[in-house]
Amino acid sequence: MAATDQAQAPAAAAQPARSNRVVAALKESAVAALVAVALSLFLLGIRTVDAPGGLQLQYRWHLVLIAAAVVFAGRFLLRLLWWREENAGAPPAVAALGKAMTAFAERFGRFAAPLLVAFAIFLPLMPFADRYIMDLAILVLTYVLLAWGLNIVVGLAGLLDLGYVAFYAVGAYSYALLATHFGLSFWIVLPLAGILAAFWGIILGFPVLRLRGDYLAIVTLAFGEIIRVVLLNWYEVTKGPDGITGIPRPSFFGLAEFKRFGENTFHEMFGIPYSPMHRIIFLYFIILALALLTNYVSMRLRRLPVGRAWEAMREDEIACRALGINITNTKLTAFAIGAFFGGLGGSFFATRQGFISPESFTFIESAIILAIVVLGGMGSQLGVAVAAIVMIGGFELFRQAEEYRMLIFGLLMVAIMVWRPRGLVSTRMPTVFLGRKRKGISADYVQEGEG
Amino acid sequence: MEYFLQQLINGLTLGSIYGLIAIGYTMVYGIIGMINFAHGDIFMIGAFISLIMFLVLIGLGLTFIPLALLIVMIVAMLFTAAWGWTVERIAYRPLRESFRLAPLITAIGMSIFLQNFVQIAQGARVKPLQPVVTGGYTIMEGNGFSVQLSNIQIIIMVLTVVLMAAFSWLIANTSLGRAQRACEQDRVMAGLLGVNVDRTISLTFVIGAALAAVAGLMFLLYYGVIDFYIGFVAGIKAFTAAVLGGIGSLPGAMLGGLIIGLIETFWSAYFTIEYKDVAAFSMLAIVLIFLPSGLLGKPEVEKV
Repeated sequence: MAATDQAQAPAAAAQPARSNRVVAALKESAVAALVAVALSLFLLGIRTVDAPGGLQLQYRWHLVLIAAAVVFAGRFLLRLLWWREENAGAPPAVAALGKAMTAFAERFGRFAAPLLVAFAIFLPLMPFADRYIMDLAILVLTYVLLAWGLNIVVGLAGLLDLGYVAFYAVGAYSYALLATHFGLSFWIVLPLAGILAAFWGIILGFPVLRLRGDYLAIVTLAFGEIIRVVLLNWYEVTKGPDGITGIPRPSFFGLAEFKRFGENTFHEMFGIPYSPMHRIIFLYFIILALALLTNYVSMRLRRLPVGRAWEAMREDEIACRALGINITNTKLTAFAIGAFFGGLGGSFFATRQGFISPESFTFIESAIILAIVVLGGMGSQLGVAVAAIVMIGGFELFRQAEEYRMLIFGLLMVAIMVWRPRGLVSTRMPTVFLGRKRKGISADYVQEGEG
Repeated sequence: MEYFLQQLINGLTLGSIYGLIAIGYTMVYGIIGMINFAHGDIFMIGAFISLIMFLVLIGLGLTFIPLALLIVMIVAMLFTAAWGWTVERIAYRPLRESFRLAPLITAIGMSIFLQNFVQIAQGARVKPLQPVVTGGYTIMEGNGFSVQLSNIQIIIMVLTVVLMAAFSWLIANTSLGRAQRACEQDRVMAGLLGVNVDRTISLTFVIGAALAAVAGLMFLLYYGVIDFYIGFVAGIKAFTAAVLGGIGSLPGAMLGGLIIGLIETFWSAYFTIEYKDVAAFSMLAIVLIFLPSGLLGKPEVEKV
């Protein structure tokens, strides 16, 4: 530090203001580096390794030094180049990107959505759409569907639900059990799974009617955990941790099967050569249709009395009651419809995987879906879709760094939220306009999550 | 009767650990009104730092257990507090004036980050520690069953009571405690009257993390094994305890912790161990249906 300070001394005479900033940045970075040393001293610097007769310690002080150096350099650069003052916000690149996204959504929002849909429809025809891309696209669309479903509960009705994955699980197990035990086809079970999940939504909704905010959050979280624990331990029905295997794949609307040999095969029906991609592409279109259905239904619902009641309830529950809106019905419909789409998603997940176990329905899934909704800018359908592509696609980019994937994912969640607290698309389109001019409003005017 | 007494002791021990973690949740909620989801992972980090410090001390040849315990506790509290402070500084302070869901999302992100950080840095396998505190007393014998009260259980309960007493005193009598209560009532007004709000909130996180570190140390000593995932389950239970007791209320957090610990232990002892979490969570739902603001919480007054 002293040496650097001296080196700065001549510059200080010439440009006092600038040099002060450099010195201040250096001091701040030194403090940050010290904190980094304190944080990493035990956890990074010493590693516990298994050895005969107990744990052995392995010292890796160089990692502590590296961590300190990285923090020092990172903080220094941030402070010097971007932050003119304490916590001035996001680096300009991020801020500009966010602004551009919002402006883009405002101006081209009505074109962006049809373009995205068109792209999604023609994706399987693209030359680069191999097996890997299609699998990834299916995964992304599953999350888009779930996020749109959760958006009804969190974004529109303002009920913070941390146990959304429970409905996903109900849908998945409904299809898996009905299909393996009773041989019902996917197309019959799909709506059934949604209805069953909606039923569970109402069951959850009743006890939490009186709860608000964080109490609601914790009870929904507990509900999600209860469902998972029951799935894990009710061995006679769910096969517990072993999961359910051999879940049938969907047929081509009951007309043909995606098989290489046998009767009623898809490729014979259309007279084309067999390809394993047919099933993948078919699954892709199913999930695309389901996601678009979710989007369409929630957009239409927003304009119905019930949708207006949801948004009114999100803004002010007491005023709602005073105006004669039935809060009980409003909350229950939000839970039930949100859960319905969760059930559809779950049922699709089961038929796509062919195998499900409680492992797939942990809290982290709920957290990821909620993160997509919030990062997308709650209530914005386009933003949610973009957030799902960014989060799940970005997650996939780090496939090579398998170990560090979740680490980066967690950091990404923090970074996006700190720099874009209102999500990627932070304007809302009101459903009613005075006059002719359609104009988005800033999301800062929108309440949320008060239950 | 003997069996019941034994379960009561076990339940109170477990409840003490939950209670100490719950205090961190309830304090943070009281002062800035957010669920600090990463708190369970702070507890996990406390357990890991304790484990590593123990091993270091054993490596240095320190065999006098009470001294070793004291050193480990102080070191764990200090370094875990540093983690608590950093998490607040990075993930929550920039979002102080933002909308309510924003810090919740960063908290979940932080929780994911901390879990995976420890997993990468320390490995995913469970970490065993040989029993450090051994011995105990037989309180009662009869019907072929003897009721044991081990030294470690005594340490956990006594330490919890001492920490709770010290902490209540701190809140009631020091200037920091006054500042905290002021921020809890009205952050803007407290700031106008000269309370350093940012510093107070930081210290709240530091204290919460230090108490979580003690809970981590106790968990390590009591169970003898830890892994990077313990924070999630313990965190949810502790948060449940905080809500059950009435979030924002310190005695409530302790009471909630004890109740959750007791329910879990008794359910495991008399019914099935697999469904102990279901029992604890169902209890939470039932209590909240009839007392929507928890056992000791102040009922929310709605102003229009």
